[in-house]
Amino acid sequence: MSTERTPVRFYQVGSFAVGNRLVELERRSAQSDPTRANSLTSGHRACAGCGEALGARYALDAAMRASDHQLVAVNATGCLEVFSTPYPETSWRLPWLHSLFGNAAAVATGVAAGLRATGRGHVRVVAQGGDGGTADIGLGPLSGMFERNDDVLYICYDNEAYMNTGVQRSGTTPGAARTATTEAVGEHPGNRFGQGKDLPRLAMAHEIPYVATATVADLFDLESKVERAMEISGSRYLHILVPCPLGWGSVSSDTIRLARLAHQTGLFPVFEARDGDVSAVTPIRHPEPVESYLRLQKRFAHLFTREGEVADRATVARIQAQASRNITRYGLLGRDDD
Amino acid sequence: MQAQLEGSQAVARAVALCRPDVVCAYPISPQTHIIEALGALVKSGQLDAEFVNADSEFSALSVTIGASAVGARAYTATASQGLLFMMEAVYNAAGLGLPIVLTLANRAIGAPINIWNDHSDAMSVRDSGWVQLFAETNQDAIDLHILAVALAEELSVPVMVNVDGFILTHSIERVDLPSADEVDSLVPPYLPRQSLDPLDPVSIGAMVGPEAFTEVRYLAQVRLQRALDVIPRLGEHHLEVLGRSSGHLVQGYHLDDAEVVVVAMGSVLGTIKDVVDDLRANGEKMGVLSITCFRPFPAEAVRRALERATRVVVIEKAFSIGYGGILSTDIALALRGRSTPIHEVIAGLGGRPVWADSLRETFLAALEGTLVETTFLDLDHSLVDGELARVAQRRRSGPAAENVLRDLEMSRRDS
Repeated sequence: MSTERTPVRFYQVGSFAVGNRLVELERRSAQSDPTRANSLTSGHRACAGCGEALGARYALDAAMRASDHQLVAVNATGCLEVFSTPYPETSWRLPWLHSLFGNAAAVATGVAAGLRATGRGHVRVVAQGGDGGTADIGLGPLSGMFERNDDVLYICYDNEAYMNTGVQRSGTTPGAARTATTEAVGEHPGNRFGQGKDLPRLAMAHEIPYVATATVADLFDLESKVERAMEISGSRYLHILVPCPLGWGSVSSDTIRLARLAHQTGLFPVFEARDGDVSAVTPIRHPEPVESYLRLQKRFAHLFTREGEVADRATVARIQAQASRNITRYGLLGRDDD
Repeated sequence: MQAQLEGSQAVARAVALCRPDVVCAYPISPQTHIIEALGALVKSGQLDAEFVNADSEFSALSVTIGASAVGARAYTATASQGLLFMMEAVYNAAGLGLPIVLTLANRAIGAPINIWNDHSDAMSVRDSGWVQLFAETNQDAIDLHILAVALAEELSVPVMVNVDGFILTHSIERVDLPSADEVDSLVPPYLPRQSLDPLDPVSIGAMVGPEAFTEVRYLAQVRLQRALDVIPRLGEHHLEVLGRSSGHLVQGYHLDDAEVVVVAMGSVLGTIKDVVDDLRANGEKMGVLSITCFRPFPAEAVRRALERATRVVVIEKAFSIGYGGILSTDIALALRGRSTPIHEVIAGLGGRPVWADSLRETFLAALEGTLVETTFLDLDHSLVDGELARVAQRRRSGPAAENVLRDLEMSRRDS
């Protein structure tokens, strides 16, 4: 079934939006590979440059390949759910269930248990949600799923705020970032600095068999992590950084650039962990100061002058210190260990 | 098979006989013995099912939602705060049309925290789209669970079987447990209307806007109301197979000649019937109407059953704070256009015993025509008046529940 050519539906004929699917096979991009499952197919309502749509498409297509299309997806409430299923349409070309905002992990546990109990244990289960549905409202069920080591791959698409409701702060919103509930006003504009909810590390603390982070800047890395996760049974967690042009105040065409910079600055460490221990990191080959990441986003505009000079040196230094801590913690620059 | 069983054990055995695929559990009194018993049946290999220990009631019902959505027969149980904690999933399961069966071991809702029986929990989900059945006895509890699975799956709606916490769940009495063959003939294999299947992928749980939301809700109403036809039909099947049936919407007791009819749900009906028997022996024309199916509300059956009643007394173990009786409101609506006086008697809140003597006094008042519209049975007026006076005297009167308990202790010491 995996090699079967899936029919392509064109919503934007004449543009390149469908990944060159109109041109002859050999000239097509990887996106329009006819063997793709197109689990999240074109025609959905995501914003231009949506990192989440890109991440979900690659993650689910990789999971479909790895499971020979024997896959069920459970979705938390959020942008991904809303933009993909405006009734009566759906962009999902795999069995897909949306229940509530905070229960995707538990529903996925039930899906896996139900499949096992009815003799269909070979069908794999993916749960997916945004950072709000994962780090905040859905953390209890997620932790329960981890603790029981239920056979589910949970994917968090982290765009660092509640984008679906209009860009409010979540547990993963970075310090100083402007959101609709951490306004860029007052003595300390933007989000207050805290420990944040470091979800990959929380997942690792449960000592589940596989935890990984990825960004939409390196889709091959993302796909290979999904494939590795699918080789394992038990609870697996994949945390994907997905820039959000609307919420971050960035240009749509900068989505990939921002995801890459998040990694290159050290703000978003890309790594894998097995049974609670870090097992591999993606080294930073072209280190960048955090300014080059922050400057492209309006949510950090209050840190800079109109001319683009650093206005709030203390805050930028603080963000740089967070990046440096990640670089040290995960050995993102050093090749001594390799 | 006749057996001397605790109510919870009886419910667990009945559920196991229905061959659930997935049982999900999170402990809360007085539901615990049910899920413990099911866990033991699974662990010992007597029940071939997945048993999931959830991290909360919200997760527990969510797990059953997931299991049900892939076509598995899914069951869970809860009570009181647990039901409130899973509230969002309660509505969701009904909205998605998933035939989950849940036992609600009826218990009061806090604050003040109280683990004992009343029907506040069941009433809190009255409007959620679940079928709500009430067991009068432990035999009822067994038979209603078997009926619930068949009903849920035929209509693709979730069904909640209400079993009075402690009063039924923890009392040991003789019950007749059907055989596996009998249950198999009453509960056919589950053929889901919708199921997540890689061979036939569908999306379940789409967003619906104003253009179709009313229609989707209307269909839910139509679907739930079908239970009013299906329950009696399943009940007849029970009668054929088991020689008895709990599958009725309402059940009358001496309604042929009754002038004053007492309406109630659940285990309190036993005491009510005892009192009515006594009064009838004295020549009083009294009868009883048991409501087995509370949602969908069998208005037509109630209307017919109360045709000859000249006065109706509703005994209910919950009320809508700020208005009054909930069941009595439904009864009043069912009797629209008639002038039958309806009295609401709030009784048995938070485990308060419903004494036969108190009921007798109430029923005699109803027979004499002196019963007031609303009664809080056995209300301790001196306690209430004491606290009301305190509140009137002092701004900083303190926490009401603690004040009342202290007053109660003082009055005990005095006497």
